[in-house]
Amino acid sequence: MKTDLEAPAKEPLSSQDTAIALEGVSRSYRSRRGPVRALARVDLRVRAREALALVGPSGCGKSTLLEIVAGLQEPDEGTVSALGRRGARERLGVCAYMAQRDLLLPWRDALGNAALALEAQGVGRREARRRAAPLFERFGLARFERSLPAELSGGMRQRVAFLRTLLAGREVLLLDEPFAALDSITRGEMQEWLADALAAEERTAVLVTHDVEEAVYLADRVAVLSPRPGSVVAEIEVPLPRPRGRRREAMTDPDFARLVRRALEALER
Amino acid sequence: MRRYLLSALLLAAFVALWQLVASLPGVDDLTLASPAETARAIGRDRSLLASNMWVTLEEVLLGLAIAVALGAGSAILMHLFRPLREAAYPLLVASQAIPVVVLAPLFVLAFDYGIGPKLAIVALICFFPVTVNVLDGLRSVEPELLKLMRSLGASRLSTLVRVELPSALPFFFSGLRVAATVSVIGAVFGEWAGADKGLGRLVLLGNNQLQTARVYAGVVILTLIAVALFALVTLAERAAVPWRRGGTAG
Ligand SMILES: Nc1ncnc2c1ncn2[C@@H]1O[C@H](COP(=O)(O)OP(=O)(O)OP(=O)(O)O)[C@@H](O)[C@H]1O
Ligand SMILES: [Mg+2]
Repeated sequence: MKTDLEAPAKEPLSSQDTAIALEGVSRSYRSRRGPVRALARVDLRVRAREALALVGPSGCGKSTLLEIVAGLQEPDEGTVSALGRRGARERLGVCAYMAQRDLLLPWRDALGNAALALEAQGVGRREARRRAAPLFERFGLARFERSLPAELSGGMRQRVAFLRTLLAGREVLLLDEPFAALDSITRGEMQEWLADALAAEERTAVLVTHDVEEAVYLADRVAVLSPRPGSVVAEIEVPLPRPRGRRREAMTDPDFARLVRRALEALER
Repeated sequence: MRRYLLSALLLAAFVALWQLVASLPGVDDLTLASPAETARAIGRDRSLLASNMWVTLEEVLLGLAIAVALGAGSAILMHLFRPLREAAYPLLVASQAIPVVVLAPLFVLAFDYGIGPKLAIVALICFFPVTVNVLDGLRSVEPELLKLMRSLGASRLSTLVRVELPSALPFFFSGLRVAATVSVIGAVFGEWAGADKGLGRLVLLGNNQLQTARVYAGVVILTLIAVALFALVTLAERAAVPWRRGGTAG
């Protein structure tokens, strides 16, 4: 297997292969101590049904980038499109966004929280719950449907938040450090769980993470951002078939280790 | 449980002190009725007290209901329409500065001796804590939750119903607790300004007629009403906001 692909050949992508395209995207925030440049001229493409991991140092604009793609923000400069939709409102309609925190409503049980994604689109409460229920079975949350968020473990809360994101029914999944708040053991379990979920769902996914190993384990391609203001400094293909089995075993693969090293080098450059 | 025990002890100590002061030489029955005399008055005048209590209770409960409906309603409107909030908030604060004691007789002049002016005064006093707390509650929702609703494609109304109103519930109950306690005072003011029945009037009358024990009996019952309302609101909050066990907001 050929692994060490050098700087991803900018293969001409036909527009139908491209799910997400960012061109020259810049974004600054106003703060009390003058403007903060979060992103500087980001160019990035995500192929349809590809899983892209976005890694970069803290504060380099990863969340900002994800919110821009999601249509929750507009860039100051540059263009963004998701499935060909250019306006923020249109992008909102094709992207499902999962924030760094689980953001479950404490008064709703787990099933009700997942069903919120359907209710927000006008589906009735009972019908929404009925439609959300099979996913609990499928993604290892059976019997926890009626638990309140406070009664769930951190990992389970994160799974519920992910199911809510899936139930939004959008083509594009944007996941912002979904495991950042978890301890390392739960984190490992959740990475395997997400790998299976992403393989089963076949959607375009962008996953933000701090963790290079997580990125290589879960994604088809890893984009490395520079420190603030963020811009893409390297794109690393991960030509290993997904899902990649048990995490511990996947990580012992020499190809895997080499890719992790390359990503780390790009990060530290 | 221990909390209640302490409260009971404190109350007992207070009653004992009261009894002690009342039995001091030089303190006559007209100045201060002892707890024992007050208890006797409650027993003796129980039908009189009861019939007047129902009148006052009706004023309090209806006035509170009006305040809750208007207060929560205007808080929601002010939340949804920012210009309205900016315009109305100073007026809301100003309404609190109105000396109700002065206003009460005018209300009675404007309306009559009936229940109308009492409701107006109770509602005026209770409106503020309800409105301000509900508004704070609606605005306290984490921006990230609003972002989530936006990304899920929720309408403004859907976000209000599914996220903002439930988040505001604990705040609403905080406001209601304050409102419940001051509502009794409002009803008494209303009756003082002009009424032919009610505990407030009974107390005023008793004062004029030097029936000190009856005055104290009325005051004790008014206090009990306020405490009972407070407890009722707390129970209702536990039932309505089970995800925040016993917690109070704001
Ligand atoms: N609303 C805002 N107002 C002002 N500055 C902001 C705002 N949001 C983000 N920033 C700044 O922009 C920069 C990028 O923020 P962003 O949250 O996108 O980074 P990040 O890569 O997601 O960080 P982390 O890894 O810590 O989550 C940071 O320096 C941050 O302080
Ligand atoms: Mg972030």
